[in-house]
Amino acid sequence: MPALAAPDRRSPTGGLFAPARHNVVLALLPFILIAAVYLFFSHQRLAENPQDKLLPSLGQMADAIDRIALKPDPQSGDYVLLVDTWASLKRIALGVGFAALAGLLAGLNMGLLPRVRSLFSPFITFVSMVPPLAILPILFISLGVDELSKVALIFLGVFPVIARDLMLTAGQIPREQIVKAITLGASQTAVIYRIVLPQILPRLIDNVRLSLGGAWLFLIAAEAIASTEGLGYRIFLVRRYLAMDTILPYVFWITALGFTADWLLRQLIIRRFRWYVATSS
Amino acid sequence: MSDIRRELSHLLHLEDLYKSYGDKLVLDNIDLSVSAGTLCSVVGPSGCGKSTLFRLVLGQEQADSGRLFVDGNPVAAPGQDRGIVYQRYSLYPHLSVLENAMLARTLPAGFLERQRRRAEFREEAMHYLERTGLAAHADKYPHELSGGMQQRVAIAQALIKRPKILMMDEPFGALDPETREHMQVLLLELWEAERMTIFFVTHDMEEAIYLGTRVVVLSQHYTDDRGSGATVRRGARVVGDYVLPSAVNSTKVKRSAEFVSLAEEIRRCGFDREVLRHVTEFNLRHPDSFQTLSPEEARAARGTA
Repeated sequence: MPALAAPDRRSPTGGLFAPARHNVVLALLPFILIAAVYLFFSHQRLAENPQDKLLPSLGQMADAIDRIALKPDPQSGDYVLLVDTWASLKRIALGVGFAALAGLLAGLNMGLLPRVRSLFSPFITFVSMVPPLAILPILFISLGVDELSKVALIFLGVFPVIARDLMLTAGQIPREQIVKAITLGASQTAVIYRIVLPQILPRLIDNVRLSLGGAWLFLIAAEAIASTEGLGYRIFLVRRYLAMDTILPYVFWITALGFTADWLLRQLIIRRFRWYVATSS
Repeated sequence: MSDIRRELSHLLHLEDLYKSYGDKLVLDNIDLSVSAGTLCSVVGPSGCGKSTLFRLVLGQEQADSGRLFVDGNPVAAPGQDRGIVYQRYSLYPHLSVLENAMLARTLPAGFLERQRRRAEFREEAMHYLERTGLAAHADKYPHELSGGMQQRVAIAQALIKRPKILMMDEPFGALDPETREHMQVLLLELWEAERMTIFFVTHDMEEAIYLGTRVVVLSQHYTDDRGSGATVRRGARVVGDYVLPSAVNSTKVKRSAEFVSLAEEIRRCGFDREVLRHVTEFNLRHPDSFQTLSPEEARAARGTA
C-alpha cells in the first residue's frame, strides 16, 4: 500500500481534490455557451423577419457601434459613446471617491474612538437602511436635476456601507498594536492616522471594488430619469425605438468598464499592498 | 522600609493590588517591588493572572484597588517609560523591518522632522537591527520573517526607545525550542550590555529561572485564614520570590542540580494544586520582597508573631 495515495477522482468526494487544469477553457465555457444560444435565436428570428429588432445580428450591432462610437454625430459633431462615457465616469468617480474618503474617515474614527462611535454609528446604521432609490425624487427636488443630485445619490448609496465595514475593520486592529504604539511615543492622532489608517487602506480599496456594482445601479437609475448625456441616459433614450443594436453594445461596454475598474483596483492592491495580500489569505 | 520610600526607591512598585473580572477575583493583594537593573521573571500556572498583571503594569487596564508606581509615578495609562514585546502583534504588518524599528523615533516626530532626520533615524535603527542580528533583512516585511526573526525585530523596536522597563509577555512562547534558546541567550546578552530592567512574564519555569535574576511566582494555589468554602474568593498572589545569580550562562546550566532543585521547589509552591502553603509561610527570599496581609488573611501570623 502506498504511503501517500493520490486522491481518487472517481470517489464520491473526489471533486474536492480535483487538480486545477484547463482553467481558461472552463472559464470561457459559459461565455461561449451564452453567445451561441444568442446567435442561434437571433439567426432564426431574422430569417423569419429581417426587420426584427429584438435580437440583432452581430453585423447590425457592428453598424450601431460604428454610428455611435466611431463617427461623430451628424447634428452635434460629438462622438456619442465618448461623451456618454466621460459624463458617466465623472459622476461615478466623484460619487464613489467622496464616499470612499468620507467612509474612511468616519469608519476609522468610529472604530477607534468609542465616543465617536456612540455618536454616529446608530445614525449611519439607520441611514444605510434608507433605500437610496426611494429618496432619488427628494434629491432631484432639493439639489436640482444636474450633476450634484446624481453624485449625491451614489454617495448616499455607497458611503454607509464603506463606513460601517471600515469601522469593524479598524475595531479589529489588535489592542496590543495600539498600546505598543503609545509606548513608542505615538499621540492619539498618530495612532489613528499613522498606525491604523495605512492598515485599513487596502480594505478600503476592496470596499470600493465591491461597491462599484451598486454605484453603477444608482448612476444609471439617476441618468435614466433626468439627464442629457451618459451611458444610462442613452440606453433609456434608444429604448423608445427598441434599438437593441445600440442597447446591447452599451450594456457590454458598461460591464467592460466595471470589470476594468475592478481589475485595476485589484492590481493596485497586489502591487502596493503586498503585506495585505500575504496576511489576509 | 516605609511604603513611601519603597515607591521612590524601586523602579516598579505594586502594593495591595486587586483585580477582578465580574465575580472572578484574579489578582488578590499583589505586593511587588522591583529594583532597577533586575531581570524579573514572573512565572505561574496558566490562568493565574500573569497577563492581567502585565496589562495593569502597562496601564492598559486599571486595578480595582491598590497602588502602582513606575519610577515613583502612579500608572494610569500606557506610557513611554515602558517598552513592550508581546508574543504576537508586536510588529506592524504594513511597515518594513527597518520602518518598524524606526517607529520609536518617527512616531513622536512631526512630518518635517521626519524628512529632515531620516538618515539619522535610519542609522540608529540599523544599529539596533545589527545587534539583534537582523540588519540583512531590513527591507523585508514582517510576514516574510520567521517567528524568531519577528521577535528579534520586536526587541530592537522596543530597545531604541530605551524604556525604563522592558515589558515582555511570553515573548518566546510561540517559538520552537531551539530558536527559543537562541532568543534567551540574545536577551541575556542585551540585558547585560544595556543594563536594562526587564519584566518578563512566562509560564515556562525553566525559562523563568534561566533568564531571571529574580523569579516571582504567581499562583492561586495557597491558603490563608479567610476560611474555606464557596463564599471565600481567592485570587492569585505572589507565593514565592527567589534571588538568582546574575550571569549569562550557557543553556547547559538548565541541567545542573541547583537549577533542577529550584525548579522543583517552584513547581511545589506555585504549580501543584495539592500543595497549599499558608500566606505566612511563603518563600519570599528576595531582598526587595515584602508582603502586606489583611487581618483576615493572617490571624495565625499575628498569633504566632
